[in-house]
Amino acid sequence: MTTAALDSASAAAAPGRHRVTEFSELLTQRTTGKPFVDAAKMRTRNVNVYYGEKQAIFDVGLDIGRNQVIAMIGPSGCGKSTFLRALNRMNDTVIGCRVTGEFLLDDEDIYAPKMDPVALRARVGMVFQKPNPFPKSIYDNVAYGAKLHGLASRRIELDEVVEGSLRKAGLWDEVKDRLVQPGTGLSGGQQQRLCIARAIAINPEVILMDEPCSALDPIATARVEELIAELAENYTIAIVTHSMQQAARVSHRTAYFHLGKLIEVNDTQTVFTSPQHELTEAYITGRFG
Amino acid sequence: MTEHKASTAEIIRASLKRRYRAERRFRLYGILAVSFGLLAVLLLLTDIIGKGHGAFRQTYVQLLIHYDPDVLGIASATDPAALALGDYEALVRQALHQRFGEPVERAGRRELHALISNAAGYELQDRLRANPALLGASETLWLLADDDIDAWFKSRGGGAEFTSRMGERKLAWVDSLLEKGEIALHFNLDFFTRGDSREPEQAGIGGAVKGSLLTLAITLLLSFPIGVAAAIYLEEFAPQNRWTDFIEVNINNLAAVPSVIFGLLGLAVFINFFHMPRSAPVLGGVVLALVTLPTVIISSRAAIKSVPPSIREAALGVGASRMQVVLGHVLPLAMPGMLTGAILGMARALGESAPLLMIGMVAFIVDVPHGFTDPATVLPVQIFLWADSPERAFVEKTSGAIMVLLAFLTLMNALAVVLRKRLERRW
Repeated sequence: MTTAALDSASAAAAPGRHRVTEFSELLTQRTTGKPFVDAAKMRTRNVNVYYGEKQAIFDVGLDIGRNQVIAMIGPSGCGKSTFLRALNRMNDTVIGCRVTGEFLLDDEDIYAPKMDPVALRARVGMVFQKPNPFPKSIYDNVAYGAKLHGLASRRIELDEVVEGSLRKAGLWDEVKDRLVQPGTGLSGGQQQRLCIARAIAINPEVILMDEPCSALDPIATARVEELIAELAENYTIAIVTHSMQQAARVSHRTAYFHLGKLIEVNDTQTVFTSPQHELTEAYITGRFG
Repeated sequence: MTEHKASTAEIIRASLKRRYRAERRFRLYGILAVSFGLLAVLLLLTDIIGKGHGAFRQTYVQLLIHYDPDVLGIASATDPAALALGDYEALVRQALHQRFGEPVERAGRRELHALISNAAGYELQDRLRANPALLGASETLWLLADDDIDAWFKSRGGGAEFTSRMGERKLAWVDSLLEKGEIALHFNLDFFTRGDSREPEQAGIGGAVKGSLLTLAITLLLSFPIGVAAAIYLEEFAPQNRWTDFIEVNINNLAAVPSVIFGLLGLAVFINFFHMPRSAPVLGGVVLALVTLPTVIISSRAAIKSVPPSIREAALGVGASRMQVVLGHVLPLAMPGMLTGAILGMARALGESAPLLMIGMVAFIVDVPHGFTDPATVLPVQIFLWADSPERAFVEKTSGAIMVLLAFLTLMNALAVVLRKRLERRW
C-alpha cells in the first residue's frame, strides 16, 4: 500500500473538492477480498439503487453465507443501510427509490414479479435502529406476526410462540409476569430484544439488523450482541453497524462500504487484522469515518 | 490611544437589562391579548345570558276553569271526534269573565281575552282527553299568559318596564292578579320541546334542535367515512405526482370557500337536478358534509402524518401488507386526532346557517321533524329567524336559543378534548 494513496483516502473526510476527485479514483476498483461464498443463503449481483436521480449503491455484488453473521460497516451515508433494506424490499415503500440487479434467496429471485414482498418479509425479517415496539402489550407485540400469517390460531399455540420467541430473545425471565403490559413501557434494551423476539416469532430464514444497538447503552448492547451470537446458530443474519468493535465481536464476515460501493469483503478477522484495501485500512484505523 | 476596550462579559452584562426588559414587554403583550379576548367573551356572554335567561321561564296566570258542556258545545268527553270540535277557548273566556267581570264593549272584551295565550285552549283539550271525568267539573289551573303580559311581568320593577302594549285596563287586571299571587313565572319546558310559532310565548327550539341533530347525523355519516378514506388514500397509497399535488391544493382551497357557495351548489345540484326534498335535514346534511369534508380530510391527514414511520416499518418488517399496516396500526393511532377533527368539523357545521338558507331550511316550520325528509330548520337559522321577528318577546327567545347553541358547542368541544385525552397513546 502506498503512502500517497492512504493520504488521499484519509483526506476525503476533509473538505476540499480537488481531494475528493483524487480520492474517487480509488473507488473505481472492483471489490477486494472474497465477496462470494459457496454456502450462500442470499446472493446479490450488480446491485444499483437510486433515490430519484441520485445513485446510492453502485454495482455491488455480495453473498450472505448460510447461518453466518455478516457485518456491514462504513462511514455514514455509504449505502450500507440502503443495501440492507434492499434485501427484503423495504425500499419498495420509499417513494422514488429504484433497485436494479439480481437478488437471490435460495435461488429465488426476490424482485421477480411473482415474488410477493409481504411473503418475502415474512422470510427475511428486520430489526430496526430505533426500538419500535407497537403500542400494544408485550404479548401482542410478539404474537402479531404469527397471528398475521396464520402461523398459530389457537390461544395455546400463540402462547407457545410467544414464550419460545421471548426465551430465544433472552427476555422471557424479565417479562413473563407482565406480558399484558405495554411493550413501550420496557427499557430501551428490553424494547430492542422485544423487537428481535417479534422478528423471530414468525421464524424467518434471514434476519436483517439495521444498527440494532446504536440507541442502546453498553450493557444493553452486550446483551443484544450475545443474543446475535446465539441466534446465528439457527438464522442467517446481516447486521449494519457503526461500531467496528461490534462488527469484530459478532460477525463471521465483514463488508466495508464506501460512498455506495462495496470496497472489501473478507473474514472478519482478516478485515480487522490485515485489510487488503487502503480505504478499509484507513477506516478501521480511524483515519476517517 | 489607550481606549478602554470592553470585555465580552461587560458587553453581555450591559445588554442583559435590555433583553430582560424586552422579554417583560413581550409577556405583557401576551397577557394583554389574552385579557382582551377573555373580556370580549365575557361581554358577549353577559349580554346573551342577561337577555336570554328569561326565555327559560314563562309567565302563567292562575284561573278557575269550569268544564261546562254547554259552553264547550259537546255532550260526551269519550268521543274523540266530538272532543276535537269543542270550543275550549270559550272556557278560558268564561273563566276570565268570572274572574274580572265581562266588559260591555267589544274592544274591552278582546283586551281581556288577550291576557291568556290561545295555546291554553289546546291544553284544556288535552286535559279533558286524558281525564273525561272533568266534563262538568271545575279545576284551578296555571294557564300560559300572552307574550305582552309575559314581557311586562318580566320587565316589571326594572328601569325599562315594558308597558307600551299594556292599556290601563290590562294593567289593572294584572295588578289584581299580582295582589292575589295568581300570576307567576314557571319553568318553561315548552321552550325545549315545541317547534317555532308566530306567538312568542308558544315558540320553542325543540324543532330546531331536532332538525340540527338530524342534519348533523347525516353530515357525520357522510363526511367522517369519506374524509377518513380520502385522507388514508392520499397519505398511504397515492403516488406522489402532479395529480395528488393538484388535489391537495384544491382540498385546501375548498376549506376556505365561503359556506354559502356550498349552499348554492346544493340548490343547483341536489334540489334542481337530483330533486331532493327541500328544507329537509337529509339535504342540509349533504350540503354541510360538503362544507366540513375539507376540514375532516385535512385534520385526518395531519393525524395520519403524526403516526411515527417506525411503527409502519415495524409492521411491514414482520410482513404485514399495506392494508394491514393501515388498519392495524396507523388508523388506531391516528383515530384520536381524526375524531377531534371530525368533532370540531361537526361543531362548525352546527353553527352554519348561510348554506342552509339557500336550500330552504329558513322556512317557517311549526312541526317538530320526525324523519330525515321532514321539513325542518336548525338552531342557527332559528336564531336568525327570531332575531328578525318584531315581537318584543322574541328578543329573549333569540338569546335563549343562542345559549342553547353555545351549550351544544361547548359540549362538543369538551367531548373532543376528552376523547383526545382518553384515546391518546404514547410511544
